[in-house]
Amino acid sequence: MTPRMTKLLLGLSAPVLALVAAFAITSLVLLIAGDPVGGVWGEILSVPEGRNIANIVNSASVLYLSGIAVAIGFRMNLFNIGVDGQYRVAAFTAAVVAGEAWLPGYLNTVLAIVCAMAVGALWAGIAGVLRATRGVSEVISTIMLNFIATSLVAFLLRKAAVREEGSNNIGTKEIPEGSRIPSFSFGDGPGQEIYGFVVIAVLVGVLYWFLLGSTRFGFDLRATGRSTTAAVASGISVTKMVVAAMLLSGAVAGLVGMPLLFGESYTYGSTFQSGLGFAGIAIALLGRNHPVGVAIGALLFAFLNEQSNPLQILVGVSPDIVAITQGVIVLTVVVSYELVRRYGVRLEQQSVARALESERAQREEVTA
Amino acid sequence: MRRNKKLASIFAVSILALGATACGGDDGGSDNAGDGASSGGGASSDVKVGMAYDVGGRGDQSFNDSAAAGLDKATDEFGFESQESEATDGEAESAREERLVTFAEAGYDPVIAVGFAYAEALGKVSEQYPDTHFAIIDDSSLADSPNVASLTFAEEQGSFLVGAAAALKTEADHIGFVGGVETPLIQKFQAGYEAGAQAVNPDITIDVTYLSQPPDFSGFGDPAKGKTAAEGMFDGGADIVYHAAGGSGGGVFEAASEAGGKAIGVDSDQYETADDSVKDVIMTSMLKNVDVAVYEYLSKVADGDFPAGQTTYDLAVDGVGYSTSGGQIDDIVDQLDDYKQQIIDGDITVPTEPTS
Repeated sequence: MTPRMTKLLLGLSAPVLALVAAFAITSLVLLIAGDPVGGVWGEILSVPEGRNIANIVNSASVLYLSGIAVAIGFRMNLFNIGVDGQYRVAAFTAAVVAGEAWLPGYLNTVLAIVCAMAVGALWAGIAGVLRATRGVSEVISTIMLNFIATSLVAFLLRKAAVREEGSNNIGTKEIPEGSRIPSFSFGDGPGQEIYGFVVIAVLVGVLYWFLLGSTRFGFDLRATGRSTTAAVASGISVTKMVVAAMLLSGAVAGLVGMPLLFGESYTYGSTFQSGLGFAGIAIALLGRNHPVGVAIGALLFAFLNEQSNPLQILVGVSPDIVAITQGVIVLTVVVSYELVRRYGVRLEQQSVARALESERAQREEVTA
Repeated sequence: MRRNKKLASIFAVSILALGATACGGDDGGSDNAGDGASSGGGASSDVKVGMAYDVGGRGDQSFNDSAAAGLDKATDEFGFESQESEATDGEAESAREERLVTFAEAGYDPVIAVGFAYAEALGKVSEQYPDTHFAIIDDSSLADSPNVASLTFAEEQGSFLVGAAAALKTEADHIGFVGGVETPLIQKFQAGYEAGAQAVNPDITIDVTYLSQPPDFSGFGDPAKGKTAAEGMFDGGADIVYHAAGGSGGGVFEAASEAGGKAIGVDSDQYETADDSVKDVIMTSMLKNVDVAVYEYLSKVADGDFPAGQTTYDLAVDGVGYSTSGGQIDDIVDQLDDYKQQIIDGDITVPTEPTS
């Protein structure tokens, strides 16, 4: 086997190992609980219908943006737990801006999205500046900023809220029709529509990949993440990089709520999806911060969420079982990558040892 | 760097694990839900009822549980088959929609959505499945849909009566209101309470606090916050506090017990369900009979009739009311019933929005 092949196989074996282990553990949980294992997997692994595929792709796009936002921080060794707060502050801002419709049509959309990115970046930037100038751990500051974001948005939402007659829901003004991002239809059935924003999510992934792999900034970012001292020695300003990475991470976090806002709800209200930032952490871990890996992770999580929804109705098992599967997947991914890495190192050591052995044997032959 | 990464993983995993255990807690409840998928009682029928709960689901000792009680009574009596599904915290709008679609696709008819959070999803799904009948609790924005029954409550009327009770019973002429989340729904409770108290004593002092603001719904499930808020009111001189704060109400009862004050429960007769140590402080409870609404809707379904449009459960039909267990307000029942009659007759119109 060529070394290249070995590397590829090793790389593939880690996620496969992780998934198999996660499925086994979940099955065990189901068995212990006395639930129908076959029925549950039959439902989860059934082929999704058109509208389910649309839901999976749509929610994957949201999770993907969240995963990338977290991954940017991870690459720099920054643990941005604050994506959750950043996306909510940003989505609220965008909803208000777009709802007010100061500009016509798509100009309004662009303005709202730019505002969302700016606000997300600012919110994350607070943690970045604190870290760079005062050495405050970004883990602590972003958690705190999440709480502040919750209260701030709640407070402002009450000021900005409009209420539909007969409804107990409150939300921002609806975005006018001309500023909504149209969805792609891929079938005649209801709900078979994919957010137009999915294209932007893909673009963000491509940009992330390009930025990290092919620019000076990306190199500096990765170098600082690997070793701060080496980065300083090669002339990189770590302070600047910390702030820049947090700003960038926050700007992408600002995009997280946009597919929902411009493709589905058109308003930010009490039923806007929450908790997306935390899902992003798991997905970034799962995808090893790689643009394609994160996409696969996001699709996997979205798939599991969507397929588990009817479990309670059709099989009589709580869909919470999938939360267990997701948790276990993240756990097994971390473990299996470590196992595979160690195995790879051992393989390398063996081959080096063999090479040295044969060299020694040759030398002995010569001297003999 | 490796250490940091490990830390990161541990963090994320523990977050997820926490999520999983929290959900695991729900699991017990939903297992029952699974078992509930059987036709009960003597009668039998081919009606299949789908019940979509809000976050918390069966077993939340509050709103969802009350709806579940109505469902149980109806399934026992009419021999309906039923199936239940509950929302998970932080789910997508499409998940709520998908839940309703799954019910409709699987032939459940009627499908009952518990809570106003389903309004938008139901608006779409009821159009896609015009032959399926739906009901939604606490929302009337879909009252014009031909296949949606909107079951709403006159919370302000029940709150008026307990407000009057508080004003009649207070010795300090100073009472309080603790709302869970400052939504239009909970403001109805506040508006009625204030109106009732002022009807008895126009000069009464009423403290009002909300525990959280939407979209932060933690105010419905945080007893510690409820306790702090009520303590502040008792310290400030109030002697009776009414809570409309779901699970946070337990904290209000504790504060009342420690301060030697009284409290008023909400939704169900909390004198019957509260912990023994705080039972004595619960003077009365404002009853919001979600179970009655669900049961009545289903009893019409049993007669082959699927009602649509808005039905408001008010004092006249005992959809709301007050409880007398514990006997603490027995001496003022006559006065309260007098107010009740005046509201039913239309002599008193109770506001639904707070004046301040």
